[in-house]
Amino acid sequence: MSMSETQRPAGRANRRARARLKAVAGFLLVVATTYLGLVAVTFFIGRVVPIDPVLAIVGDRAPARVVERVRLEMGLDLPYYQQFWLYLKGVLQGNFGTSVLTTNPVMTDIRRVFPATMELATVGTVIGAVIGIPLGVLAAVRRGSVADQVVRIVGLIGYSVPIFWLGLLALLVFYARLGWTSGPGRIDVVFEYTFTPITGFYLLDAILARDWAVFRDVLSHIILPASLLGYFSMAYVSRMTRSFMLNELGQEYIVAARAKGLSETRIIWGHALRNAAVPLVTVIALSYAGLLEGSVLTETVFAWPGLGLYITNSLQNADMNAVLGGTIVIGSVFIAINLLSDVLYRMLDPRTRTR
Amino acid sequence: MKSENITMRMRPLLAGAAFSLLLVSGGMAPAFAETPADTLVEAWAIDDTITLDPAESFELSPAEFIGNAYDMLVRLDINDTTKVKGGIADSWTVSDDGLTYTFKLKPGIKFASGNPITAEDVAWSFERVVKLDKSPAFILTQFGLTGDNVAEKAKAVDDGTFVFTVDKAYAPSFVLNCLTATVGAVLDKKLVMEHAEATTPNDEYKYDTDFGYAWMKTHYAGSGPFSIRDWRANEIVVMERNENYYGDKPALARVIYRHVKESATQRLMLEAGDVDVARNLEPGDLEAVSKNPDLTTASAAKGTVYYISLNQKNEKLAKPEVREAFKYLVDYDAIGSTLLKGVGEVRQTYQAKGVLGALEENPYKFDVAKAKELLEKAGLKDGFSVTFDVRNTQPVTGIAESFQQTAAQAGVKIEIIPGDGKQTLTKYRARNHDLYIGQWGMDYWDPNSNAEAFTSNPDNGDDASLKTLAWRNAWDIPELTEQVKAALLERDSDKRAELYKKLQQEALETSPFVMLYQQIEVAGVRGNVKGYKLGPSFDSNPLAPISKD
Repeated sequence: MSMSETQRPAGRANRRARARLKAVAGFLLVVATTYLGLVAVTFFIGRVVPIDPVLAIVGDRAPARVVERVRLEMGLDLPYYQQFWLYLKGVLQGNFGTSVLTTNPVMTDIRRVFPATMELATVGTVIGAVIGIPLGVLAAVRRGSVADQVVRIVGLIGYSVPIFWLGLLALLVFYARLGWTSGPGRIDVVFEYTFTPITGFYLLDAILARDWAVFRDVLSHIILPASLLGYFSMAYVSRMTRSFMLNELGQEYIVAARAKGLSETRIIWGHALRNAAVPLVTVIALSYAGLLEGSVLTETVFAWPGLGLYITNSLQNADMNAVLGGTIVIGSVFIAINLLSDVLYRMLDPRTRTR
Repeated sequence: MKSENITMRMRPLLAGAAFSLLLVSGGMAPAFAETPADTLVEAWAIDDTITLDPAESFELSPAEFIGNAYDMLVRLDINDTTKVKGGIADSWTVSDDGLTYTFKLKPGIKFASGNPITAEDVAWSFERVVKLDKSPAFILTQFGLTGDNVAEKAKAVDDGTFVFTVDKAYAPSFVLNCLTATVGAVLDKKLVMEHAEATTPNDEYKYDTDFGYAWMKTHYAGSGPFSIRDWRANEIVVMERNENYYGDKPALARVIYRHVKESATQRLMLEAGDVDVARNLEPGDLEAVSKNPDLTTASAAKGTVYYISLNQKNEKLAKPEVREAFKYLVDYDAIGSTLLKGVGEVRQTYQAKGVLGALEENPYKFDVAKAKELLEKAGLKDGFSVTFDVRNTQPVTGIAESFQQTAAQAGVKIEIIPGDGKQTLTKYRARNHDLYIGQWGMDYWDPNSNAEAFTSNPDNGDDASLKTLAWRNAWDIPELTEQVKAALLERDSDKRAELYKKLQQEALETSPFVMLYQQIEVAGVRGNVKGYKLGPSFDSNPLAPISKD
């Protein structure tokens, strides 16, 4: 009896540990399968694209002899499954190959372009959330009012106007006419000699270097494209906030809170929004992940050397190592953000913690 | 009541958010931006730059970087583009048998690194190109150079004398023109070999060094008026004045190229003064720039011609009458006055204006009746259907659509297959098209380049080793091929020019190429920039004469 009594908690802990281990293993399996599927699909799509990858390297003018030699060098004469196996083996050893367009190792390129996209996406998401949530709350609380309609229209415009057009318009107004912001690019050419990026996140680098002139310049470059991305993210976030809030405001606990005599501020911000926050985290995380893929059009208009432009350009030249590397990075970002929002769930919602 | 309360509380919050955004953006107002006085900043789509190595580079934007940062034995004379002038070479002589070229180098000149330029550097640069054997190497190997004989054929006799031996008595103009190409750039042997990597010889590559190939992709070892300090793909190229340059020192301390792809964006940056030169302006933006009193424009006809080609594997398109009929079905005037305004001029011969022996004739006019008559003669009175591979960029798409409409008037139904540039090109190179709209830039500034491309096809078989444009359209022309070869050996420049004119005349009448126009390169330039000039080729867009007020 006494033996089993002492053993039982240990057994339970064991079981719990095993369950957790199983969960982790299951998660890793899902991640591994996701990656394998991602790489396989991208790889084979890349091979059926009707573009000759040799063309990107040697150009249109190379003699037939040179074309043939490069084809052999790239291993393009091998059967597809062998090519895939070779690629996979390289990836497992941390070698993602070399981009034929930039001639750099793919990961070197991505380390250069991804921070540019991530910085832009982060600032954009912050703007989107900071403005989108209060607007959504306002629209929900004053449902049917003029304010609600205005938020709806602003959101709709954000959703439906082509970003290309809006980007050019923003440049025209704020950069060319008013001169409030800096133009396309990440940083002014005058700083090209004095400023050496460390992390690749220029705002952070400027703070680390305590170079406030650079910080102002970088900020004035990023504000326009980030606001634009933020606007789109805001449109989505405010619509979702509104519907989550309407859902919460109709709940009985709100009535109870009102009956208790709590102030409207506490009811809305302390109770309703608190509960709406859980699904909101998913919404914001997903929109953040979407922005991290890089917005090709925004990057084109603002001459922003980011991931979207890099992958698009690579794809058009059948530079498959670069495309695959980029796809894997984006896949990782999605997985990481999913994990992060899981963690946030747990912090925001006590019910998910007990299990 | 309730909702009023809420608004009251939320209002300051929202206003605060909006106001702080205004503050943030308003607080950092850069009024009129201006680039530094000693720096020229250009906005240009430089995503075609994949290497800075003259032995490998064969694209447009790097030709400009290499053309300004390196020097060749001889350079194109911008004032008379049918002639060359001395670069590193001070003078040269051709032996009576036409096989040996002796170059005397300018004395006491140096590379940017400070190393002296000797004939050994020239010989080694030739050897490097031939042994690496990259895309542009044929410009030199066509003179009979191989990895085995290059040391003998391209040789330093002493520090100041370089001797080049060719395998046939070519026209001297041909040999010298080829040496102006970027592949003929003279590299700093000492500097490059410090960075060379050892390689293991194999069947494909028989040498134990990479001749600095890996290093040269992103580095610089030249002697031009500017040196290349930095290149980040799809982002920036930074060039600096070469203090060791032997010629006139440039006024600018540095030139920065920023990768900006979008025409409208370039225009905004130019107007705001963030860049001094915008290089990819489309007709609409160009017009706005030309009306702005603060800005000027520069333009030059480039060695790139555009054409529609008819694949001769298609039986209908192979009929001589059909080939001719198609030349009457292009509305040249309409295309020239709308789509090409400022960026191209109608040209129906395949040699670019300004090159030796270029024929100035535009005989074809849009004439449906004439075309119908020809089609009837070909037994195609009721017309027929063909496909048309078109890459989706302007003005090519616009021209294709225009042609689709005008050809329909004669009963030719054209189905446009749009595609990405590399995709349509892949199909074209495999000869799987009916109609294709293409562009062709000269490989080097000599009439042989386009004569070979358009009117030479030594082997029309599917696995031919030389795949010219004539081959890509399966145009089997043994006689013309011989004539092109003969023109190469005509040592009298005037007679040589006549031979090329004859070839163009023949192509004008019978070829499956409907020549459309020659490209004009345009640039929007800020008013304070002086001396900005574009040359006939990208390696002759000179930076050295530019200054800023």
